[in-house]
Amino acid sequence: MLSISPFEYEFFRRGLFVAIIVGALCGYIGVYVVLRRMSYIGHGLSHAIFGGAVLSYVTHSNFFIGAGLWALLSGALIHGISRRRWVGADAAIGVVTTTSFAIGVAIVSTYRSFTRNIEAALFGNILGITPQDLWIVTSISLAVFLSLFIIRRQLLFSTFDPEVAHAYGIATGWIDFAFIMLLAITVLASTQIMGVTLVAAAIVIPPVIARYLTKRFQTLLLLSPIIGALCGAGGMFLSFYLDISSAATIVLTSATVFILLETVLILRQKVARVAPQQLR
Amino acid sequence: MNPHNPRSHSAHGSLHPHGVEEPLLPRAGATPLVELSEVSGGYGNLTSIEDISLKIWPGQFVAVVGPNGGGKTTLLRTILGAVPLMRGNVIIRGRETHGSTLERVGYVPQLETIDWNFPITVEEVILMGLFRKNHWLTKIQKEDREKLNALLDRLNLTGLGKRHIRELSGGQQQAVFLGRALIGEPDLILLDEPTAGLDIRSRDDVIHFLHEINHQGVAIVITAHDLNWVAAHLPWVVCLNHRIIAEGKPQEVFTSSVLQETYRGDMVVFLHDGMIMIGERPHASEP
Repeated sequence: MLSISPFEYEFFRRGLFVAIIVGALCGYIGVYVVLRRMSYIGHGLSHAIFGGAVLSYVTHSNFFIGAGLWALLSGALIHGISRRRWVGADAAIGVVTTTSFAIGVAIVSTYRSFTRNIEAALFGNILGITPQDLWIVTSISLAVFLSLFIIRRQLLFSTFDPEVAHAYGIATGWIDFAFIMLLAITVLASTQIMGVTLVAAAIVIPPVIARYLTKRFQTLLLLSPIIGALCGAGGMFLSFYLDISSAATIVLTSATVFILLETVLILRQKVARVAPQQLR
Repeated sequence: MNPHNPRSHSAHGSLHPHGVEEPLLPRAGATPLVELSEVSGGYGNLTSIEDISLKIWPGQFVAVVGPNGGGKTTLLRTILGAVPLMRGNVIIRGRETHGSTLERVGYVPQLETIDWNFPITVEEVILMGLFRKNHWLTKIQKEDREKLNALLDRLNLTGLGKRHIRELSGGQQQAVFLGRALIGEPDLILLDEPTAGLDIRSRDDVIHFLHEINHQGVAIVITAHDLNWVAAHLPWVVCLNHRIIAEGKPQEVFTSSVLQETYRGDMVVFLHDGMIMIGERPHASEP
């Protein structure tokens, strides 16, 4: 297998390109997701999209339009609920996302004819990326990158210090809403390659790795997408040579980097603790 | 003791015999920076401040004291326009601007509300203060960099710009957030408990710096818990427990009856060497 170049296959070239773009995008938006403690919302949003994905298969509508509308609606619902104080936001978000996921499961159990498509929605399918998908994912990703760049100062201020951001004239409610919409679109763009079950890992792990390497926010915003893109590419090669699902290898690649960094950190702390005693 | 006493001269006051400055008094016919008229406000159905009438004059230095949950932070946030009003109105520089962006007003929140694990450096925090100017795609200008460096020097943070905010001492951390408020060149700064959790030395540094910027004409409103510290350093005090109980110079306001009404607790006030000292009356021990 090692003698074959993966680049000979068009599906691999397309998949690699999408994995790099989606990895970078998830890594970039993931910085804000982690710092806003919204990892659970990211995870929930990806599950909510499953209902939309299944519906778009059933109604033979375009995945990006059907699942996209569903994703934006779920995002708006989650945003509305998370602002209410009478019930725990996390519990309410859990209700929305699992209900949406359950709608998908209910439809799947009624129509048993599209198991393969459902598997792709759940776990990602690199083989299913058409040239049209490639353009759509690339355009969506660039649009999200650009939007996040334009509102970067509002996002930083309202993430770090929402109360004072409001006092400085930032419409924090609108920024929160815009952010969750952009997150819903990111999850949508990533679903084909990562699957709804594993998207959250692509969003959360790269910024967590990047946080080991820098304490500066601007550097974090640069490092996290690079790590996301590298893990996306690395995972694609592993997937090709080991014949394992690409979504799984992308997540496992980033998880391995995370575990290695954590181990190095623990060992360093132990050495730092032992060293002064040895000096005595 | 009443807030609405006419005050007539405008020069910065000379130092009081025991170190407290005489309060700055407004010129006749001057417009207050902030004017709250019969304001009630709070969140949801909860009224945190009630029937507040208060004026803050240009260059004034005011401390708001009162019990926990007595509405001190809500009062500051009401001035900022961040608290829904139930009654009354807030006028800033002669214009009703409640809820809209306030120009030239800096705000320093309680440090305990800050996430100290947030990956952010001293410089990045201070530059946030230029948000009103650089809010979309504008790049940070060379003059902003120069302003930042000058401010770092002024706040004794020279060389610490690239440090993570957690790596600083308590006093330096307070200085960083003060820097964020100052970089927009405000004429009014609101500080929520700027001395909470600081040691005596750091508190001293903070108050000296605040006096310095106040002398440059910036009006300052702070909330504080340490009454002795307020009495020793600040020229004007507002006692607040949902309502304004009293307002005036510390030596006039800090009386047993006012403090009892403010804190619902028994307090002793006495003069020592010309300084006001406030203490809690000890509980009678069981026989």
